[in-house]
Amino acid sequence: MSTPLENLFTTVRGENRAALIAYIPAGFPTQEGCKKVIQAFVDGGVDAIEIGFPYSDPVMDGPTIQAAADQALSQGTGAKEVFEALKYATDLGVPAVVMTYWNPIEKYGVEKFAQAITDNGGSGVITPDLTIEESAAWESAVEQSEINSIYVVAPSTNDARLERVTSHCSGFVYAASLMGVTGTRTSVSSGAPDLVARIRKSTETAVAVGLGVSTREQAKGVAAYADGVIVGSAFINKLLESPDEESGLAQVRQLAKELAQGVREGR
Amino acid sequence: MTTTQESAIQAAAIAEIAGHFGPYGGRFVPEALIGALEELDAARLFAQTDPTFIAELAELHRTYTGRPSIITEAKRFSEQAGGARILLKREDLNHTGSHKINNVLGQALLTKRMGKKRIIAETGAGQHGVASATAAALMGLECVVYMGEEDTRRQSLNVARMKLLGAQVVPVTSGSRTLKDAINEAMRDWVTNVETTHYMLGTVAGPHPFPSMVRDFHKIIGEESREQVLALTGRLPDVVMACVGGGSNAIGIFHRFISDESVRLIGLEAAGDGVETGRHAATITGGSPGVLHGNRTYVLQDANGQTIESHSISAGLDYPGVGPEHAFLHDIGRAEYRAITDAQAMEAFSILSRTEGIIPAIETAHALAGAMQVGKELGPDAIILINLSGRGDKDVQTAAQYFGIPL
Repeated sequence: MSTPLENLFTTVRGENRAALIAYIPAGFPTQEGCKKVIQAFVDGGVDAIEIGFPYSDPVMDGPTIQAAADQALSQGTGAKEVFEALKYATDLGVPAVVMTYWNPIEKYGVEKFAQAITDNGGSGVITPDLTIEESAAWESAVEQSEINSIYVVAPSTNDARLERVTSHCSGFVYAASLMGVTGTRTSVSSGAPDLVARIRKSTETAVAVGLGVSTREQAKGVAAYADGVIVGSAFINKLLESPDEESGLAQVRQLAKELAQGVREGR
Repeated sequence: MTTTQESAIQAAAIAEIAGHFGPYGGRFVPEALIGALEELDAARLFAQTDPTFIAELAELHRTYTGRPSIITEAKRFSEQAGGARILLKREDLNHTGSHKINNVLGQALLTKRMGKKRIIAETGAGQHGVASATAAALMGLECVVYMGEEDTRRQSLNVARMKLLGAQVVPVTSGSRTLKDAINEAMRDWVTNVETTHYMLGTVAGPHPFPSMVRDFHKIIGEESREQVLALTGRLPDVVMACVGGGSNAIGIFHRFISDESVRLIGLEAAGDGVETGRHAATITGGSPGVLHGNRTYVLQDANGQTIESHSISAGLDYPGVGPEHAFLHDIGRAEYRAITDAQAMEAFSILSRTEGIIPAIETAHALAGAMQVGKELGPDAIILINLSGRGDKDVQTAAQYFGIPL
């Protein structure tokens, strides 16, 4: 059986465009506020949502997502809130996954975590610091709960290793566009097209590009060669910079609309 | 040696080939770092058997570090430790004042071999930062040290030392603003600049190969002291003791003794205000298995797997994780871990200063406090070897404040 995420990529391939994937940490700006952001994503035309599990030691994240995670953690956000946000998204009919560092999964219980994803309508989990060498227990839990396991690859990943890592991926392969942490950049790295081309040699699975995308033009550029465009920090910046929640949500909706146009203009 | 112990040690040796110590260790890092970790692993494995590298490092240790470090018998301190024979391995006499130099010289040589020109390091108390800045100055490498903002304030003297040595010190303002956040920030720098930069991790934690590599650069402490103790006393010590934060000085002195069945290995963790208060840094005593900073080990964490802030008077032990090899040695029962409070450590700090004329680092004072307990348990026939891992000059301000000495 395919997950909603897999079905999404079948659909967008049929429409000859890329999917827009938006990231928001659970509990940010508040637990209720997070639900409003999810609604704004959907209203703006986002195709799939990543719910972040805020973590105390996020080594893959830049200052923006760190600030959001700190804010969520200071309000006591944990697994319960993550699954609640996930359910909120999937109840709206949008494919959703959780993005989390490994320790919260291990602490929650590996099998239990995978099952909770299924139970809340989720399609899978992105694990940015789980290497395939350490993934045996996770793989079997993922298989049992019939969800997608999504790993992140980087420009420094060599071809032999790309083949091995992507063979563990389902749903999509998360291609980090550059060597660095999350955050907006003035331009998307020129290494991204090359990385996506190398990934395509080793797998049929969809490829989504993340790190550094914040504008319609950038989304358009990435959509030319990738199946999905992932945006996180740009949305969080809108929320952090807005004087009040209402205007923040309006800006999120507006940015989502622009990006949704971008992913349709790439080809 | 018991069969269980033997097979556990064999298992350790086998497991280590894959970068694991039983269930601990491994690599939990962004994929972007895998290439660099493999390059580093290849470089250090090659260097281990390369006569040129071995000779170069040995020469540096002889002419720069000041190795071999001596053993001092602490006869007056012994009276406070049940009369047990107390032998101090004087790593405090190394250049830069602690054992940390052993590791940084090794890693700096590897950095040059890998053709990298820039090193980054994290530091808590500043000892590893100072050692890294020193090695960088000696070998002409650019050096950036990440240090929690809180620690830059607590250890301002070491910040000045690093700057004098030509390093750039970056105060880290994220998270709890201490050592763990400095490691996070160093990892972020590394992910971004991995092509030109080597991450000179300062303890036996982090992703493989760091725990094994850093141990191998420090195991000289145990190798030297085993011979020195044999020459001095005609037998092996009954107990080898060291303080444990990340655990580099402890693994360094333990390693050569692991196969000596009769030798007890005891690591002393920082109990801060007391393990029962929750304000401590005793990861093995008061933590649980989890993943932090790229390896599976014991971690201070809450029900959601979030790291809990650690507390200790000693900035160098103020870390919510511990090296994976210690986690394994604990689980198989080959090493014991006890927790020493701030108050117990400061008492031992004062006693060693007054009985032997040696002001130890507050980190090291935890090991001395442990030796006072164990000496009383074992009595005057016992020989206790202690890794005197660092000198206390950097701690004068903290200690003066603690003892109410006006500055």
